[in-house]
Amino acid sequence: MTDWLLLIEVSLAGIGSGGLYAITGLAFVLIYKATKVVNLAIGEILMLGAYVFFGFSAGLALPFWLAALGTVVVAGLLGAGIERTMIRPMLGESPIAVFMLTIGLGSILTGTVELIWGANPLRLPEYLPNQPLFLGDAYVSSKVATAFAIASVVVLIFLALFRFWRGGVALRATASDQAAAYSMGINVPKVFSLSWIIACVTAGVAGMLVGAIGGISPTMGVFGLSVLVVVIVGGLDSVLGALVAGLFIGLLEALAGAYLGGEYKTLATFVLLVVVLMVRPYGLFGTHEIERL
Amino acid sequence: MRIGTAKETYRHDEALFDTPVQRWWLAGLFVAIAAFPFVADAYWIYLGCLVAINIASATGLNILTGFTGLVSLGQAAFMGVGAYIVAWLEINLGTPFFVNLLAGGLGAGLIGILVGIPSLRVKGLYLAIATIAASVILHFVFANWTSVTGGQSGLTMPPATFLGTALDQPDKLYWLIVPVTVLMVLGASNLFRTRIGRAFIAIRDRDISAEVLGIPLLRYKLYSFALSSFYAGVAGGLWAYFFRVVTPESFPLVMSIFFLAAIIVGGMGSILGGILGAAFMTMVPEALKLIVGWLSPWLPDAVALLSPVRTIVFGALIVGFLIFEPRGLAEAWRRLRRFFHLWPFKT
Repeated sequence: MTDWLLLIEVSLAGIGSGGLYAITGLAFVLIYKATKVVNLAIGEILMLGAYVFFGFSAGLALPFWLAALGTVVVAGLLGAGIERTMIRPMLGESPIAVFMLTIGLGSILTGTVELIWGANPLRLPEYLPNQPLFLGDAYVSSKVATAFAIASVVVLIFLALFRFWRGGVALRATASDQAAAYSMGINVPKVFSLSWIIACVTAGVAGMLVGAIGGISPTMGVFGLSVLVVVIVGGLDSVLGALVAGLFIGLLEALAGAYLGGEYKTLATFVLLVVVLMVRPYGLFGTHEIERL
Repeated sequence: MRIGTAKETYRHDEALFDTPVQRWWLAGLFVAIAAFPFVADAYWIYLGCLVAINIASATGLNILTGFTGLVSLGQAAFMGVGAYIVAWLEINLGTPFFVNLLAGGLGAGLIGILVGIPSLRVKGLYLAIATIAASVILHFVFANWTSVTGGQSGLTMPPATFLGTALDQPDKLYWLIVPVTVLMVLGASNLFRTRIGRAFIAIRDRDISAEVLGIPLLRYKLYSFALSSFYAGVAGGLWAYFFRVVTPESFPLVMSIFFLAAIIVGGMGSILGGILGAAFMTMVPEALKLIVGWLSPWLPDAVALLSPVRTIVFGALIVGFLIFEPRGLAEAWRRLRRFFHLWPFKT
C-alpha cells in the first residue's frame, strides 16, 4: 500500500516539475518556430531570470510583485537585445552557426552572473507557500504545486496570445511561411524580436519558479539540457509536443530518481532522447520535413 | 587565391605545400618546434604540451565538423574513452605507450562509430544533440563502471616509459606528445587529398548531392565519426599520460564546447584553422591570468574575477568570431599572407 502512495507522490512531484520543463520548452519552441534558431542558451536565460529576481527581491528588497514585474521587464529587454545584436546579424547564415552562437551566448550569460553574484549557490526569498499539501493521502510540496499552477496559467496566457492577439497571429504566419508573411505586410524582423522577447520573458518566469524550488546557482543552466530533451522528444516545432513531453520528462526524471537513484535522472532522459531520435527523429508531434535537392 | 604560383601539373596542384617558400617556412617551423624545449622554461613546455594535445583533438573534431559538416558535442567524451583505455592498459597490462595510444584511439573510434549510427536518420542540430546524449551516457559509464574506471575517484597511472626512461615531466613528454600531434595533423591534411577526404567535403557541401554522385552517405559519415574519435582517443591518451589522473570530471561537456569553439575561432574546414584555434583558445586563459596578475595591485579581488571573466571571454570569442570572422583565424592568416605576398606593390 505504501508503495502505491510513494509512486503517486513521486509522480505528482515529477509532473509538478514537468510543468516547469513544459513552459521552458514552450519558450524554446517559440523561438524555433518563428526564427528557426535552436537556442541552446535557454537554460542560461532562465538562470539569469532567477538571478535578476534575486537581485530585485533580496538585493533591493522590493516587494514580490515589483520584483517579479522587474524580472519580466529585464528578461524582455534581454531578449530584444540578444535578438538585435547577435541573432539579426546571423540572418541567412547556416543554422549550425547560429546554434553555436547560442552556445557562446550561454557562456557569456553564465560568466556575467558569476561576475555579479558570485559562483556560490544562493536561496531566493520565500514567496511560494510552504505548508504541506495533501491530495487524498499523497503529500505534495506546495511549492511545486504552486509553481505548477503558475506554469499552467503562463501556458494558458501563451496559448491565448497565440490564438487571439494580432502579434500572435503574425507569429504563427511567420512560422508557417516567412516569404508569404512578408508579402502580406507582416514586419518579419519585428516578429523575430517579438518571439525572442516573449520567449525570454517566459524563460525568466520559469527561472523564478525553478529558483524558488531548488535555489539558484550559476550552474542552473544545466536545466537547459533537460529542456533540450523535452523539445526534441516533443518535436522542435510543436507547442503541444513541448507541453506533453515536458510533463512526461518531469515524470520520468522523478521516477528514475526515486527508484534507481539520483545519478540515473539525466541518464534516463538522455537514453529516451536517443531512442526517440532513432525511431522518430522529428519528435512525437513535430512536422516531418522532406528534403529535396 | 594567390597570384604568381602558376601550376603546371595536377601533381603540383594537389601538393600539400605548393611553393618553395612555404616549404622553407615549414622547415623553419619544425626546427623551431624541435628547439623549443631547449630554450623554453618548464611552464612554457607545459603549455606547449597542452597546446599540442588540444591541437590533436581539435583537428579530429575539424575532420568531423569542419570537413564533413556533422556537428559533434561529444569530442571530450571520446577523449575520455581514449584516456580511460590508455590508463587501464598502463595500470593493468603495462604495455608500451604506442600500443596503448593506438588502442585508445581504436577504442574511441569504435565508440565513435556507435555514436555516429543515428547520423543515418538524423543530421544537423539533431545529431549535435544526439552527441550531447552520447557524452552524458559516457560520463555515466565513467562514473559508475567502478571495477574498470575506478568510479568517481578515477584512475591514477604510472608515467609512460621509453627505453627504460620514465616520461614523467613535461620536458620529456614533449618528445612523445608533439611528434604524435605532428603526425596526426599531417595525416589529416593528407586525408583531404584522397577520395575519402573529398567525399567528406562533398557530404558537407550537400549530402543529398553527394549521395547522387555515388558516395554511400552512412558509410562515409561513419568513417568520419571513426576518424574523428580516433583522433580524440589518441589525444585523450596523451592527455592521460600528461596529467596521469583520469576522472569522470576530467572530460565535461564544457570541454567539448571548448573544442568546438577552437575550430570556430580557428576556422572550420581548414587544418591550419584547427591548429591556430586550439593554440589560441589554450593561450587565452593563460593571457588572462597574466593580465589579472598585472592588475592585482589595483584590483584587490582580481583573482576571484578570473574564472567568470574567462567564461565571458570564451563565449564572446565564439560569438564575435561567428559574427565578424566566420571563417576564423585561418582566413585572417591567409589575408596576412596575401598582404605580404604582394607587398610593397599593393597595400
